[in-house]
Amino acid sequence: MATYAHPEVLVETDWLAGKLNDSSIRIVEVDVDTAAYDLGHIPGALAWSWTTQLSDTVRRDILPQDQFEALLSKSGIKPETTIVLYGDSNNWFAAWAFWQLKIYGHKDVRILNGGRKKWLAESRELSQEVPSYPATQYHAKQPDLSLRAFLPQVQEAVRNHSSSLVDVRSPQEFSGEILAPPGLPETCQRGGHIPGARNVPWGKVCQDDGTFKSFEDLQALYAAEGVDQSRPTIAYCRIGERSSHTWFVLKYLLGLPNVVNYDGSWTEWGNLVGAPVERGAAKAVGA
Amino acid sequence: MEQLKSQDYKERQFEIDGWPVKLTSYRIGEKYVCQADDVSPGACLARFTAATPEEAESQAISKARHLLSKTRRREI
Repeated sequence: MATYAHPEVLVETDWLAGKLNDSSIRIVEVDVDTAAYDLGHIPGALAWSWTTQLSDTVRRDILPQDQFEALLSKSGIKPETTIVLYGDSNNWFAAWAFWQLKIYGHKDVRILNGGRKKWLAESRELSQEVPSYPATQYHAKQPDLSLRAFLPQVQEAVRNHSSSLVDVRSPQEFSGEILAPPGLPETCQRGGHIPGARNVPWGKVCQDDGTFKSFEDLQALYAAEGVDQSRPTIAYCRIGERSSHTWFVLKYLLGLPNVVNYDGSWTEWGNLVGAPVERGAAKAVGA
Repeated sequence: MEQLKSQDYKERQFEIDGWPVKLTSYRIGEKYVCQADDVSPGACLARFTAATPEEAESQAISKARHLLSKTRRREI
C-alpha cells in the first residue's frame, strides 16, 4: 500500500496518547460545535474557536497577522513547537486552522487522524481542565498567499479552463436544490455551482471511524473526477472551511503540487452580480 | 478518582423529513450526550447533555427536526 505524500502531517491516537506530557507539543482542539471542548477534551489540549479566534471578526477574512501572532503567543506556542490539531466532524475545522497555520508559515503542524470522534470512540482519557501555558512572543512569517485563491484567480480559471475546480459541498448544494447545508442559514442569493466545477463532497475522503482513506482510495476518488497532478486545482465550498479539509487532502496526502483553497467560495460567487452559474447534478467526466 | 473518559459510544443513522441524520451517543462521567449531525456535509445540528440517554436523544432529535424543517428545497 502506498503511503501518503506527506505522512508526517498525520498522527494516530496511540501516538498522541503517549505524548500528552511532551512539552514540545501543543494540542489544540478546533470544533464545528465550539462548546464540545467543555464536555471533555484531550488532556492538555487548548481550544480555538473558529468563529472568534480563527477569522477576522470585522471584515470577511482569515485571521490578520497580528491577531494570529497574539493567539499563538497566548497559547504558549513557539515557531519550533509541534502543533497537533484535532476536532469534531472529521477534523473539518482542524483543517481550517491547519490551512491558516501554513499560510503564516508554522513549520510543524499535524492533524490527529480520526479527530475527536476516534478519541471518544476509543474511550481514551479526557479532561475538563482548561490548561494554561506560559505566553511566548510568536512572530509569524509573511503570509503565503499561494495557498489561497481570490476571486480574480477563480474568474480567470473559469474563463480559461486553466484549473480543476473542486466543489466539495453536498450534491444538493452543488445542484442548486438547497442554498446552504440543511439546518444552516441561507447566505447566498443563487444556488448552483461555478461552471466547470466537479463535485467531490469533502466527507468522502474519510472512513467511518473518521480517519482518512488510503492513498489509493483517495487517488481513485479524485482521478474519477479528473483531478490530478496535471493541472492546478482550486477547492471551494460555501465559506471555505470544508474546502480547507479537501485542500489538506489534495496537498498533503495526495501531494498535488498546486492546490489552493478559495475561501470566498459559494457565498462570494453565488452573490456576485452577473457571475455565471451552472445548475443541476454532477455529470460524468467528459459528458 | 475515576479517570474521565467517554463510554458507551455508538452511532446510528436515520432520516428526519427525508434528510439523513446521524445520531452519536455517549456518556462522559454522569452526563449522557447525544449529537445529531446532518450526514452531508457532516455538521452538527444539535447536541444535548442530559441525565438519561433517552432525554439527551429526544432533545437532540427535536432540535434537529426544527432546524431541518427550515431548509427549503428548490426546483432546479
